[in-house]
Amino acid sequence: MIRVGIDVGGTNTDAVLLDGTAVLHAAKAGTTEDVTGGILAALAAVLQGAGVAAGRIGAVMIGTTHFTNAVVQRRGLARIAAVRVGLPAAATLPPFVDWPADLRAAVEGPVAMIRGGHEVDGRALVPFDEDAMRAAAREIAASGVAAAGICAVFAPLNAADEQRAAAILAAEAPAVSATLSHALGRIGLLARENVALLNAALVPMATRTVAAFHAALAGAGIDAPLYITQNDGTVATAEEAARYPVRSFASGPTNSLRGAAFLSGLADAMVVDVGGTTADVGSLVAGFPREANNVVEVGGVRTLFRMPDLVSIALGGGTLVDKADPALVGPVSVGFRLKERALVFGGADLTCTDIAVAAGLVALGDPARVAGLDGGFVRAALARIHALAADAVDRMRADATPRPLVAVGGAAFLVPDGIAGISQVVRVAHQGVANALGAAIAQVSGEVDQVFQGLSREQALEEARRVATDRAVRAGADPATVALVDQEDIPIAYLPGNSLRVRARVVGDVRG
Amino acid sequence: MPNNLTVTDLEDLATGAWILGTGGGGDPYFSLLEAKLHLAAGKGVRVIDPLGLPDDAMIGCVGQMGAPLAMQERMCDGPVIARTVTMMEAHLGRRFDALMLWEIGGNNGFQSILAAQLLGLPVVDADAMGRAFPQADMTSFAIADLSAAPWTMVDIRQNSLIFTEAVDWAWMERMTRRMCVVLGSTAATCKAPRTGAEVKRASCLHTLSWALRIGRTVRAARAAHADAVAAVVESEGGVMLFTGKVGDVMRRATEGWLRGTVQLEGLGGDAGHAMRIEFQNEWSVAWRDDEVVATVPDLVILLDTASGEAIGTETVRFGQRVSVIALAAPPVLTTPKGLAHVGPRAFGYDLDFRPLFGERA
Repeated sequence: MIRVGIDVGGTNTDAVLLDGTAVLHAAKAGTTEDVTGGILAALAAVLQGAGVAAGRIGAVMIGTTHFTNAVVQRRGLARIAAVRVGLPAAATLPPFVDWPADLRAAVEGPVAMIRGGHEVDGRALVPFDEDAMRAAAREIAASGVAAAGICAVFAPLNAADEQRAAAILAAEAPAVSATLSHALGRIGLLARENVALLNAALVPMATRTVAAFHAALAGAGIDAPLYITQNDGTVATAEEAARYPVRSFASGPTNSLRGAAFLSGLADAMVVDVGGTTADVGSLVAGFPREANNVVEVGGVRTLFRMPDLVSIALGGGTLVDKADPALVGPVSVGFRLKERALVFGGADLTCTDIAVAAGLVALGDPARVAGLDGGFVRAALARIHALAADAVDRMRADATPRPLVAVGGAAFLVPDGIAGISQVVRVAHQGVANALGAAIAQVSGEVDQVFQGLSREQALEEARRVATDRAVRAGADPATVALVDQEDIPIAYLPGNSLRVRARVVGDVRG
Repeated sequence: MPNNLTVTDLEDLATGAWILGTGGGGDPYFSLLEAKLHLAAGKGVRVIDPLGLPDDAMIGCVGQMGAPLAMQERMCDGPVIARTVTMMEAHLGRRFDALMLWEIGGNNGFQSILAAQLLGLPVVDADAMGRAFPQADMTSFAIADLSAAPWTMVDIRQNSLIFTEAVDWAWMERMTRRMCVVLGSTAATCKAPRTGAEVKRASCLHTLSWALRIGRTVRAARAAHADAVAAVVESEGGVMLFTGKVGDVMRRATEGWLRGTVQLEGLGGDAGHAMRIEFQNEWSVAWRDDEVVATVPDLVILLDTASGEAIGTETVRFGQRVSVIALAAPPVLTTPKGLAHVGPRAFGYDLDFRPLFGERA
């Protein structure tokens, strides 16, 4: 089966055509504001370059950093309402309490704290306050926000109060989309609430983005299932991904790490992926991204995701350099407007790409347009860029052992050759499309989350793994490659018969 | 020992207290957030040396009791903790001169800090456990046979109780535990008041400073990209027990505690070996393959191998890369009297305490 992997970054849209494990062709286009145009251009180039007809495409996997970029840059986020069902618990720590001030200013709308929620044993904490929720829902409707995050105390054990709150909100404010925390996370109120709020702030944008993906495929004449890559290197259907954009948060780095492993053949290495807007540094252990163990922050917000352990900094090919002071690099990037706004492309903005061209590190656009830059200024700006990259790599080192660093991404030329603690900077073929490649080799998963009764714990776990594996195989996984990646069980003391809530998740390679 | 805690001190204290929590006591993150809010509002934290207390000083001792899993969702609430103190003052008919910590490990050390911030009282650099333990009879005060009563207990719904008499600590534990479960497996408490003389004689001294020092060690190691786990082992004279990956976690919530077992698969030098650790809120006994290698009251601690951050019994999960270390328990806990309260048999194991750190006490 021929698969297309597409990576929609802030600056470039890359496409790669894969037949089994053979790379047929790779192509690159600028990301367009409507998203569709960039995908169409990349698809047309890759299909034409490989001489493959659109009708032969069996599946399309898209990875995008759109959603995480929106949070990191505080751009395109919807103002949202927050509903916490759990008073009188935790009254001193309201929603948004541990958010960075600028993100909070961009996102925080009406906040309601309502009485309700559950106890650790499943009993009600206090009766759910319907009247207060109705009043809050009316205030939310009047505020004009497009989305709301709803989080109830112990919702992972009993989601009833989140569902009640959502039903009242739907009745009073039908235009407001709601994210319920229990769909996104496990025990841990504040982090789960944060994730629900971030998700709500991204849903309007995700809905538009996924519609643009569909439009692009239709425009290219491709009639194949569309998948969006997720944080853990697996795929979800486009519809599911539009409802839960936070699940795609770390798919960019996951894809680039997996793509870098595929391209370099290295199983243990550090990876730096420099795109147009950000540089992400991660670590490969035995061919897979090293996961962050405990708390994962996104844009400064505490979440409870399992994600690749990553240091992300605002440094990319489109990152602006101050024309007066070469030490001022970033954090703003021209993003997808690189091809209009960078000096070498005829624009008026000085970007890191211009500095690299002026320094002779890469041939892009018209070098004559940066020939007039002062040599001392270029050296100083480049030194600053190298220092930023080296510092990010250094922050990611887990121990003193020198390791190779695989440099991938469209702006990998910004990575210096000598970095302290790095044995060798490895540059690979197709380095510019590592993300798209990672998307194309994404795995499929099977998940189960249900309450088992009347079984021993061993039997319940066994049954959960069997159901999850069945689901993965039905979704297209090769049974020989299916492996358990996550398993969790919580006893539910208030239900009879040894009740155990079990979550299990397995992943496997797509059947060839 | 700093006199007035800064935001950085509070952060270091949270890191160190979470490590001394030995898997239980709850992640102090929520309390840290609240303490920072109070500090920003001008409510400072003044720490005082227990050795400078007048013998007749009256010291309050507060803590949150219950299951860490419950606190993950219920978080914390300084005003509720403060209410246990004012309720105790009303019962005693006199004001406290300062508050001390009940339990340095985990979230509980911060409960005294929050109450002290809200009530404008100083905090004594001492606690009654020198780590975290699941029960009230597992304290230096119980070991010293000080009185267990009175206790006040308050929940978020404004339910409140006073336990005016208890014949011993085991009865106080039994009665309060039962009520704590009724209140949702988490409740704020003000324990039996102590005099300055009792604090000096029968508490674990300077444990707030100990937690601060561990937090600073971790912060410095991270800043230098050094091995934070090794840095803690070295600075605290600890023992490295195991390095591995979490293979299975089994939890059951019983009688207001979180009990269970975690299975580790060895990595690196421990490849091919396994470690099993059982817990009752806190890690209690560790077996390497089938041999007991560490038991309570020594501190069995699970740390994130990469960051040195502590991992709790309620948050440990499949696939995590962890290091297991042991630190020496405060000497008061390893005397024969101490072991009767906090040794392996007090946790229901048919095992003798296995000293990892030679002769003590």
